[in-house]
Amino acid sequence: MSKLKVENLDLYYGDFKALKDINIEVSEKEITAFIGPSGCGKSTLLKSLNRMNDLVEGCKITGTVTLDGEDIYKSMDINLLRKRVGMVFQKPNPFPMSIYDNIAFGPRTHGIRNKGKLDDIIEKSLRDAAIWDEVKDRLKKSALGLSGGQQQRLCIARALAVEPEVLLMDEPTSALDPISTSKIEDLAVKLKDDYTIIMVTHNMQQAARISDRTAFFLLGEVVEYNDTETLFSMPSDKRTEDYITGRFG
Amino acid sequence: MNNYKEKLMQFVFFIAAGTSVLAVALICIFLFANGLPAIGKIGVFEFLLGQKWKPSNNIYGIFPMILGSIYVTAGAIMIGVPIGIFTSVFMAKYCPKVIYPFLKSAIELLAGIPSVVYGFFGLMVFVPLIREIFHVRGTTMLAACVLLAIMILPTIIGVSESAIRTVPKEYYEGALALGATHERSIFRVVLPAAKSGIMAGVVLGIGRAVGETMAVIMVAGNQPRMPQGLLKGVRTMTANIVIEMGYAAQLHREALIATGVVLFIFILIINLSVSALNRRFENGSN
Amino acid sequence: MEAINKQRIKERIKGYLKNPWSLMILIFVILATLITFTALVLLVGYILIKGVPNLTLDLFSLHYTSENVSLFPALINTISMTFVSLIIAVPFGIFSAIYLVEYSKRGSRFVSIIRITAETLSGIPSIVYGLFGYLFFVTALKWRYSMLAGAFTLAIMILPLIMRTTEEALKSVPDSYREGSFGLGAGKLRTVFKVVLPTAIPGILAGVILSIGRIVGETAALIYTAGTIATVPKTIMDSGRTLSVHMYELSREGLFMNQAYATAVILLIIVLLINWVSGMVVKRLTKIK
Repeated sequence: MSKLKVENLDLYYGDFKALKDINIEVSEKEITAFIGPSGCGKSTLLKSLNRMNDLVEGCKITGTVTLDGEDIYKSMDINLLRKRVGMVFQKPNPFPMSIYDNIAFGPRTHGIRNKGKLDDIIEKSLRDAAIWDEVKDRLKKSALGLSGGQQQRLCIARALAVEPEVLLMDEPTSALDPISTSKIEDLAVKLKDDYTIIMVTHNMQQAARISDRTAFFLLGEVVEYNDTETLFSMPSDKRTEDYITGRFG
Repeated sequence: MNNYKEKLMQFVFFIAAGTSVLAVALICIFLFANGLPAIGKIGVFEFLLGQKWKPSNNIYGIFPMILGSIYVTAGAIMIGVPIGIFTSVFMAKYCPKVIYPFLKSAIELLAGIPSVVYGFFGLMVFVPLIREIFHVRGTTMLAACVLLAIMILPTIIGVSESAIRTVPKEYYEGALALGATHERSIFRVVLPAAKSGIMAGVVLGIGRAVGETMAVIMVAGNQPRMPQGLLKGVRTMTANIVIEMGYAAQLHREALIATGVVLFIFILIINLSVSALNRRFENGSN
Repeated sequence: MEAINKQRIKERIKGYLKNPWSLMILIFVILATLITFTALVLLVGYILIKGVPNLTLDLFSLHYTSENVSLFPALINTISMTFVSLIIAVPFGIFSAIYLVEYSKRGSRFVSIIRITAETLSGIPSIVYGLFGYLFFVTALKWRYSMLAGAFTLAIMILPLIMRTTEEALKSVPDSYREGSFGLGAGKLRTVFKVVLPTAIPGILAGVILSIGRIVGETAALIYTAGTIATVPKTIMDSGRTLSVHMYELSREGLFMNQAYATAVILLIIVLLINWVSGMVVKRLTKIK
């Protein structure tokens, strides 16, 4: 059964139609990659899945998006939705506070005050994000003192701390060096045991390496959506083939 | 010829640039030279901590006025800062685009209204109101606090609004994406990130309140005695100078100038903390 | 088709009811904003309602007597005070900004001293300026209570404002303009006066307008420098009160409250005008950019 289902979704920025009739089903505990040239709408779609597009002025969406069969734009409480569907941003954005408080922000938001419980959540999240060993001795230090790669894993830990079901990752490695990038990739593969992951990436090799299913976007449309292996080895659409063999850049 | 003109004008610019240095030097020299001897004659402790100001008996203790300035400022801050900060949050994070320009220029108007007009408004509205409600003489510390609170609003709103606006929007979005409400994202993430900028605004407001003269004189009652509560009259350092300077002579006059010296030192300390906070905020946001 | 991503009001209310803390904060924000703007509306409204009916022709008589309580001389004095203060402060302010932006070496000791002193000046309360003016111009230079003493005092007061706005205006002139001028063989001085300064004029103007606002509204710095004589002075070395001082004197004496209201209206109108003009200038500024 699919975890997230997008049906007939159109999205406009003012008069500009940024997404055209999107239909996608995302399966549970898999990594789904969105690929395509920049400006093709893949990040825009991602942000529609936890309603971050609500912030954008002049943005209008039609269609339906369901999470476990429930319409996220209708009956669901928006804050609860964002708790269930976590997000990791393109640029690491730790809050200007201690590492501890960064991770604790989410659980505290959702009503967890107990110190012992918070401590447990923080250790678990940091371990799950494979950064515990690097920061365990400096939890009270500012998160801004970490390196870019560490900051991004911290942000993943922060997202995990609210126990989401789905994790949206918006080009999470585009600002990072190759070593940090491979750490995040390994982490994503490990995390899919427990979470449904959707990752936007500008890097085709990355999608091929770690994702189970891949959607190829072009000019606001999903050109092709298939098993990653099939899509990369036997693309059914000419445009997909052109893109993966490098003609679109 | 041309070279000569270049050199000459460069010198002129240099001299002009020195004016502000000269002005500060002159202000310091004249204030201190005219005020410090009086403090010497009266005695530092008698002057600063003396609780009686009776020029006719040659008793000059400005402690009541120091306290008066501090109390009135503290009152204004307690009322004005929460209102100012919440309003700045509205301006930066809630205000619909359509009405923003109107509110912005309203705040500019609030900043531009002369202090006599504020004082006059306080005298004609707050003072009678307090007299009616509490059955006391209307010119009270309370009136001064409320009036000053309104007067420092534009300073606090302006500075903290721009501090809030310089916080990267990624912080706000990050908090939102964790399921935090608009309010929680702003008050638990954005405002803490803007803290030193907002503090600079508050301290600037303190400076304005301490230095305000005319509006306070018009509503505070100005009795030169130890402050006795919100519903009693109070005299600030600034009021002390303006009220008595017109007829003071000799030691009395010098004691008033010395009051100015103390006020000046207060302001210098406040200014130093503002620039320290500003530096911290700029460093923090980089 | 209807958009699905607009959060309906019902939804929002439901969200707030689930988060009482957020609801409380929202109420505080709205309340504070209402208080701020109610205070302004009350103040302006009250002054206008009480003051406009008192704007009689008598108030604009050429000469002040205790019968007509004319504010006209004070209005004239305000204009001349503004004029003289600006004449003194603007060249110094602009020249020192030119020095800071165009001539000084970055990080030099002198520059940081100038910045610290300018910052100090801008924080000094007006009564301290008044005291200084009284000690220096009135007493030490023996100018007595005079328009000139007042104007010099105010000039020092507005100097940092003009310096800062001019500095910012000069900094915002792109370096390519300067390079272009140098490339044509113009000297530094010519470049500054013919290319940089003209481009920076709107910014400088905005600073001058702000300064006018401060001069018009100033009282504490003038009482013991320019004095409180209610007529138009014969020379610049005589005493004269500006509108703000006039208003203070009226409300202090307590005899002419109606006239004080009327004076307040005139002051408000001037402030509104100044804000309106500076708004226009700023708008033009941003358009150019």
